[in-house]
Amino acid sequence: MQFLSYLINGISLGSVYALIALGYTMVYGIAKMLNFAHGDVIMIGSYVVFFAFGSAGMNPVLAIVLSMVVCTILGVTVERVAYRPLREAPSLAVLITAIGVSYLLQQVAQLAWTSNPKSFTSVVTGLQPISLFGGQLTISAETVVTIIACIVIMAALIWFVNCTPAGHAMLAVSEDRGAAQLMGVNVNATISLTFAIGSGLAAVAGALLCSSYPTLQPTTGAMPGIKAFVAAVFGGIGSIPGAFLGGILLGVIENLSKAYISTQLSDAIVFLVLVVVLIVKPTGLLGKKVNVKV
Amino acid sequence: MGEMLSVKNINVYYGSIHAIKDVSFHVNEGEIVTLIGANGAGKTTTMHAISGLLKLQSGEIDYCGQTISKMEAHKIIRLGLAQVPEGRRVFSGLTVQQNLQMGAYTRRDGKEAIQNDFDMVFDLLPRLKERRNQPAGTLSGGEQQMLAMGRALMCKPKMLLLDEPSMGLSPLLVKEIFKIIRQVNRNGVTVLLVEQNAKMALEIANRAYVLETGTIKMEGEANELANNIEVRKAYLGCE
Repeated sequence: MQFLSYLINGISLGSVYALIALGYTMVYGIAKMLNFAHGDVIMIGSYVVFFAFGSAGMNPVLAIVLSMVVCTILGVTVERVAYRPLREAPSLAVLITAIGVSYLLQQVAQLAWTSNPKSFTSVVTGLQPISLFGGQLTISAETVVTIIACIVIMAALIWFVNCTPAGHAMLAVSEDRGAAQLMGVNVNATISLTFAIGSGLAAVAGALLCSSYPTLQPTTGAMPGIKAFVAAVFGGIGSIPGAFLGGILLGVIENLSKAYISTQLSDAIVFLVLVVVLIVKPTGLLGKKVNVKV
Repeated sequence: MGEMLSVKNINVYYGSIHAIKDVSFHVNEGEIVTLIGANGAGKTTTMHAISGLLKLQSGEIDYCGQTISKMEAHKIIRLGLAQVPEGRRVFSGLTVQQNLQMGAYTRRDGKEAIQNDFDMVFDLLPRLKERRNQPAGTLSGGEQQMLAMGRALMCKPKMLLLDEPSMGLSPLLVKEIFKIIRQVNRNGVTVLLVEQNAKMALEIANRAYVLETGTIKMEGEANELANNIEVRKAYLGCE
């Protein structure tokens, strides 16, 4: 019973990782860059929910929608201002810029809201925990909502990418930017759309993450950001189902090692698993091997 | 038969390399014009300059009375100027059908018109029909070339830029591809063809230009050039 409870909480944590990992993997697939500022977009989103819902008493769903809007604008603006001028630059320059943006967002948050941790009020209100097996197993409402939200978003995203013209344009740009342009795809607009979707999902992930782990400070996004990046690589960076699988597995591994091995070592174990996976299967679990034909 | 495409004194750089030097040529409506030359002569660079994938240092490119040399690639295709890039560059993860659908990405004239063109492409290239639900990456080289051509035709082009369609194909397939090019041209599409296979290209073209290290060395009627001694020595392997 205990095991089941750890497992379900792990899946829930993993769902959050999966949502964040989607932002990494889509941006990597389409813009061919690692957006290390992604984790900090989550943090900004969580602050928006904190103030709108926790302080101003807004409806929680509306607060999340507001946070999605703010994060989308933030993500698209960051891309426009910081990354687009570097489109033809070496990837190292873009990577350093992304790290710079990450620090910038953290420092701005610190100036605006101080580094004192804020106690986040869960956005899941009015729902009772689920009790199973005569009270032996209790699952919190946050856990259930997180898992369901993740599944719904995942399904919607897979439909969007595979069944709409904009989604096909994304696939085309991710495979061959030049050929996509020759089809009439506006590459800049497609990359902006990708950042918009990734950042919007980051807002949802932030609200869900802080509902389960309710301390909010300017560095809140950093560790989940890194772990979600690991999840994306774990599942095969560039692959949407890979981000989902990688996220869930990572959450489960982390929670089970916390429970059965050591709380302090859980992060180390997570990264160790990544190293092992990369040695055995360098493209990640669902990653495709890229054959470059000449 | 007016001038459809005119390239005027263009210069293109790759970093510090002056790849195209003062190149001028034109294509009339309804023609097949070929640009022949050896590896590294600047054929593909010229193509990319026309389709907007590369920016010009100087010079001008006009298409159907409009200056396109400062336009972005994704807007140029909306004018009906499509490119079949070198090396096919089909979307290998997408199916044949989805690749063709991508070709029609800019179309806004309704499902029915697009369906008609699907039928037209499948008529012209029946092999694609058999493989419509297969990922493009699993096709053979010849089939991928046909798919790349079909994909370009799906945008209803007035003019088609073909970059090395015969590359890496067996002689039999090359013949088939050239037959298709001729058919496409008969259906009213103007063709600018870039080829290393000068013999085949000169056979189907009306006019030709010889490109050498970034400059136009010769130009004329295709059959004249095919009999020119210099061309025969350098590009047709005859003594």
